[in-house]
Amino acid sequence: MYRGDDAVGLATARHLKKHVPDYVSVLEGSGNGVAFMESWKNADTVILIDAVHSGTKPGTIHRFDASAHPLPSEFFRYSTHTFGVAEIIELARTLNQLPSHLIVYGIEGKRFEAGIGISPEVNTAVQEVVNRLRQDIHSFLKVS
Amino acid sequence: MKNDKAKIKTIKVDYLARVEGEGALYIKIKGHTVTDVKFKIFEPPRFFEAFLRGRSFCEAPDITARICGICPVAYQMSSSHAMEDAFGIRVDGQLRALRRLLYCGEWIESHALHVYLLHAPDFFGYDDAIQMAKDYPDIVQRGLQLKKTGNEVVILIGGREIHPINVRVGGFYKALTKQELNTLTEKLKRARDIALEAVRWTAEFDYPDFEQDYEFVSLRHPDEYPFNEGKLISNKGLDISVHEYDNHFIEEQVAYTNALHSKLKERGAYFVGPLARFNLNFDRLSPLAKEAAHSAGLSPVCRNPFKSIIVRSVEMVYACDEALRIIGQYEKPEIPAIPFQPIAGTGYGCTEAPRGILYHRYRIDDNGRILDAKIVPPTSQNQKTIENDLWQFIPKYLDLPSEKLKYDCEKAIRNYDPCISCATHFLKLTIDRE
Repeated sequence: MYRGDDAVGLATARHLKKHVPDYVSVLEGSGNGVAFMESWKNADTVILIDAVHSGTKPGTIHRFDASAHPLPSEFFRYSTHTFGVAEIIELARTLNQLPSHLIVYGIEGKRFEAGIGISPEVNTAVQEVVNRLRQDIHSFLKVS
Repeated sequence: MKNDKAKIKTIKVDYLARVEGEGALYIKIKGHTVTDVKFKIFEPPRFFEAFLRGRSFCEAPDITARICGICPVAYQMSSSHAMEDAFGIRVDGQLRALRRLLYCGEWIESHALHVYLLHAPDFFGYDDAIQMAKDYPDIVQRGLQLKKTGNEVVILIGGREIHPINVRVGGFYKALTKQELNTLTEKLKRARDIALEAVRWTAEFDYPDFEQDYEFVSLRHPDEYPFNEGKLISNKGLDISVHEYDNHFIEEQVAYTNALHSKLKERGAYFVGPLARFNLNFDRLSPLAKEAAHSAGLSPVCRNPFKSIIVRSVEMVYACDEALRIIGQYEKPEIPAIPFQPIAGTGYGCTEAPRGILYHRYRIDDNGRILDAKIVPPTSQNQKTIENDLWQFIPKYLDLPSEKLKYDCEKAIRNYDPCISCATHFLKLTIDRE
């Protein structure tokens, strides 16, 4: 929450919490990729939401079917001492630990410097993503 | 409203906006001579120092924890200690032990990540852990298991695996029961076994023949392998209290990087981190960790930075051992935090983050507001030594193709487990040959 639009995943999750049935778990992560692997261990369908920085218009919503294809790595940030979203998904794929369905929503951020608050255009995307997530959850429930 | 004002003021500082994600190494070679090495890094704490000004002392542990996703406990510990120093209070007994246990968790998770997922692939010639996992899935799984145990310690005591929320100036918000801590015992015993395997495994790696006459700097405690406190010592005569840090260490502006270079006023570059701790505190390791080090062929003074991966594994053994010792002797403290009144003054704190000493200094007014803050992270302190290593290392391997040389330089930098947020795999690396 201290890195501007980097908080968009958390903001979306907090909005979503109010709109999903009890049997859908909404978890907040702090960016620790290895912890993601743990959290989806017993799940069949996982939807992951994170901020991205790919050069598209702020607020652009990207949707990837990560169970089918690797994420475009340039969308996610790497580091010398942590494992990010794209890396951990590929590691999990190698170790056969991906959930059957893994959808990743990437919301294009505008500013990632320290400070509290999300840009207006990114904030607008939050509501749109919540709507799309509700549709996703609905269609996954119908299939299963 | 006071906080809102401080927020707006600090957001205008654009350190982060200009350098976000930039880490770079530039090497210039003329014929058979290295003529330039520039290691450029991005260092967030400079921004945080401004961000802290005007805020309450009690916000420092939570705000500074945000500086790093992998060693937030170190930031919480150094800031809490500095505040406690300013207010003249001392956290002791079981509260102190609980802090030490939390630190064990951070060392386990940070070292496991670095040893298994970030550094080991370099010794096998893999681009990353994902490639290594294809050939060695069991080894990578062991690393993940070890990291998970570290995470569990931090979650239980800190309340969250990253950026824990239970630490406060004076102690904790909530003290745990013996029963709660006991839930970690079996996991830590298993983690200790994995860590012992890690020592044996890394001892077999092929290490370049590379040793330098470093000045190692770490904390030194009368009885303990250092986490939370001690004097600052070196193998070249430094022996000072944390209060004297600013008299001996200085940060310099260097033209090509936004990060400040830290050096010893008397002698220049120095080396912090696991290798420094190990060399200066071998006698304080637990018997099991000492035995593991011996069996890996490590003597108390190891000057080969590539072998820091073995030392990190030894420290994982120690951290598991120490965590089990603390849990065995633990009794729930009567109060979760020591009561105190903030007073005006200056406080100093220095603790051992997984990658080396982390120094904090705060000046506080009589309302408990932070007037100024100074934070010197380990990576900033190792920068000069990293560059010096490269100056010495590259000439030995000049005949290698540029791609191989780049790979080996990355590996040399990774010995230090530096904190650089990057947009690509590791860092931008340029070799100019004339």
